[in-house]
Amino acid sequence: MRTETRPIGNVLVVRLSGELDLNTAPEFRAAVEEELDARPDINAIFLVLSDVTFIDSSGLGVILGRYKRLRAHGGRLIAVAPSPQVRKVFDLSGLASIIPVRETEDEGWALASGV
Amino acid sequence: MSARNHVTIEFPAIAQNVEFARVAVACFASQIDSFTMEEIDDIKLIVSEAVSNVVLHGYDSPGGVVRVHTAIDGDVLTITVEDTGRGIADVDQARQPAFTTSPDRMGMGFTIMEALSDQLDVSSRPGAGVQVTMRKAPRMTGSEEHERGA
Repeated sequence: MRTETRPIGNVLVVRLSGELDLNTAPEFRAAVEEELDARPDINAIFLVLSDVTFIDSSGLGVILGRYKRLRAHGGRLIAVAPSPQVRKVFDLSGLASIIPVRETEDEGWALASGV
Repeated sequence: MSARNHVTIEFPAIAQNVEFARVAVACFASQIDSFTMEEIDDIKLIVSEAVSNVVLHGYDSPGGVVRVHTAIDGDVLTITVEDTGRGIADVDQARQPAFTTSPDRMGMGFTIMEALSDQLDVSSRPGAGVQVTMRKAPRMTGSEEHERGA
């Protein structure tokens, strides 16, 4: 699994690739927490899931944890471009009713910018 | 229809083995030709959930073992994931959605296993471990698939 982070203004863009499970979730958590700790101005995470090939509830949990951290300070998390497997797990778990999910990055940016 | 077959694997209850377990079972399950790719993905997911539960909650101290037994009988795949750890005091409560003992978790493992398998059985006695058995068959049997393609 790989986690790439890139701040754009107040938004932290996080690109994940590979499989997000119990074993790889700590790596994702550490990469995102490091950025959030270093940049208190970040108020949103734009999570790009297009290259995530597998996710389970451990992976969802670590995403939910970051969402909770941002929400506690009025921020938000938007997930974009999930594969069918990832989308299915988001829907089954109910996470899709908590975190906004958009099919494309463009749709996600439209939501992030309030268009 | 697939012949009878079975395989048993045992490994330490550590996070590094979760991926191995789901890939191994998915590989075995693909002997049932009529499973779709989506169903194989479902099998990976339910194995990942069951094995992760053991890694997270199965044992009070390191060194515990996960045993995964999987069998094919006709077009039915049976997966049993078991440990010999502390067990679950209240299985019904543990199976409830969003039951979790940790803030960074969903508590949806059993809900996902239940939704994506045809049958889920969980048995446990405190101090004697947990046994999770899941059964799954292709939605469309091999003969139906053949008729559809004809």
